[in-house]
Amino acid sequence: MSATTRITYLDALALAQREEMARDPRVIIIGEDISLYAAGGAYGDIDSKRIRSAPISENGFAGMAVGAAITGLRPIVDLTIANFVYLASDAIINQAARLRYMTGGQFSVPIVYRASMWHNQSNAAQHSDRPYPMFMNVPGLKIVVPATPTDAKGLLKAAIRDDDTVLMFEDNDLWAIKEEVPTDPDFIVPIGKAAIRQEGTDVTIVSIAGCLRASMAAAKLLAADDISAEVIDLRTLVPMDTNAILNSVGKTGRLVIVDYAHRTCSAASEIAATVVEEAFDSLKKPIRRVVTPDIPIPFSPPMEKPLYPNKDSIAAAARSLM
Amino acid sequence: MKKDIESEGYRRMLRIRGFEQAAVQLITEGEVPGACHSSIGQEAAIVGACMAMRNDDYMSGTHRSHGHPIGKGSQLKPLMAELLGKATGICKGRGGSMHFTDTSVGSIGESAIVGGGIPLATGAALSAQVRGTDQVALSFFGDGAVNEGAFHESLNMASIWKLPVIFFCENNGYAAVTAATSTHGQPDVARRADGYGMPGVIVDGQDFDAVYEATAAAVARARRGEGPTLIEAKTYRFDEHCVGLFINGNYRPKEEVERFKTERDPVTLFKAALLARGHTEASLKAIEEEVWSSVQEAMEFAKESPYPEPEEAFEFIYATPINQTPRLKA
Repeated sequence: MSATTRITYLDALALAQREEMARDPRVIIIGEDISLYAAGGAYGDIDSKRIRSAPISENGFAGMAVGAAITGLRPIVDLTIANFVYLASDAIINQAARLRYMTGGQFSVPIVYRASMWHNQSNAAQHSDRPYPMFMNVPGLKIVVPATPTDAKGLLKAAIRDDDTVLMFEDNDLWAIKEEVPTDPDFIVPIGKAAIRQEGTDVTIVSIAGCLRASMAAAKLLAADDISAEVIDLRTLVPMDTNAILNSVGKTGRLVIVDYAHRTCSAASEIAATVVEEAFDSLKKPIRRVVTPDIPIPFSPPMEKPLYPNKDSIAAAARSLM
Repeated sequence: MKKDIESEGYRRMLRIRGFEQAAVQLITEGEVPGACHSSIGQEAAIVGACMAMRNDDYMSGTHRSHGHPIGKGSQLKPLMAELLGKATGICKGRGGSMHFTDTSVGSIGESAIVGGGIPLATGAALSAQVRGTDQVALSFFGDGAVNEGAFHESLNMASIWKLPVIFFCENNGYAAVTAATSTHGQPDVARRADGYGMPGVIVDGQDFDAVYEATAAAVARARRGEGPTLIEAKTYRFDEHCVGLFINGNYRPKEEVERFKTERDPVTLFKAALLARGHTEASLKAIEEEVWSSVQEAMEFAKESPYPEPEEAFEFIYATPINQTPRLKA
């Protein structure tokens, strides 16, 4: 058995960056305020030229990462809070996602854009978004949403080694979670592979990003009612592991999709459409999306807290299909 | 200036002029899909800057950018074929007029997003600095682009990190059909350089020598590790914003256009300068003939080349495709 170490999700991300920067001199990191972490040794003992503590210029440094990537580097861009991705979106959408295509393959664009998603912490509507569904509509990107410390390390390392632009969205309430994480510096989690977190026969629960804990808790509630739920942690949104979902729905005939994103054109919507197109005959009941309503996230806790999927709403959705 | 640089500069300016004239002809013949923006009138600014760079230096362009890769030394055939959307095009028909990219000469792309190339060139300069090469990057952009946030953010970061980059503004006085005088609080773009802590230089963009000398100084400074320079070349576009664009309204005086065409044509001015300093009529005529024949060959090549197959639209999305590749599907 390979060695592991018990660390948090956040430590796993830091470890992945440190290991990849040590492994490959082409890897650089750009982001705001990172000089503080660099001084604390977060990136190990590497040339300070490779650590760019940037001014508050998201569009600028997101675009510079593209210029650096097409001329031989592999930048990691830390955009911190996911809402700031919008400021960088011109560079991500108009340049990074399509330069390889538009140049007839003259470039590859190996960049990782990282952003953390916040919710249920009274940050109000400008710090509480889940922008991944919008970027799923942009051909040319890869999008990963790890839900465990092991996947955080393994998927970030896979993303850094990938030759395409990868967006990585991290639910910030996962940061403090601890688990045993492989220490092998070459341990990676492949992009595009879902994980079956619990096998079941009655209903498939597809969980996106930080919805995994609530989905697992819901499966436990359902088990008490003798309902056997299969929980799939999608891990990668693009390219999606459609086969894992279709195989499971083929077995259970029932599908609940859990997504903290707003309902309209959510990742859950895309999954529902795909299952209807590809596996309509296996469905015994309509598909249920457990998502966040289409309203800006309010500041006050009594208004914010009830908006998100939780174990009870997920379990209720599953029960309604029995 | 060395005679061979002058001859090559003249040759490349003519190649741009010839390419653009051919483009107009091909548009008239209905061979060009999409829009086309002509560089005629701006050849000295383009080539003067490009001749001051090495082949392995990086360059980013604009939507008006047929001339930039030609100035940097590109072959005409793959560019002309790209203009027509052919499989033999430099981008295999995926980019077209506004997106010539030719990595063989350091052209890292052109952008139909105004100002979009500025962060890219700045990032290429960052890359050269991190990798420890002495390459520089030059970003061409117009007067319209300097009002984009990308301009501001890039110049500031280039300055704080002393990146080897040259910000080269081709100020032709108009962003599409809006005069710079109505959109710029400070009409001299180069004066903005002071706000970023870098040198700013204004040159006559119709004067090859002036552009070359200013760019060569900025390139030398960048290679020495002393950081970026902002150059503003005052120039003029002879055609409309877009070739064949119907403009309902008089946004620039006819006399102004005529005056530039008759008195300030960069090709005419450079030719006169070359003759005055000892180049012979015969040597310049030889260059002209060679250029016209290569333009003709490029046109024939582009016309005779096949279009890409519809299925090819699904190639080059990813460097490492994972799971299923999307395909045309009923």
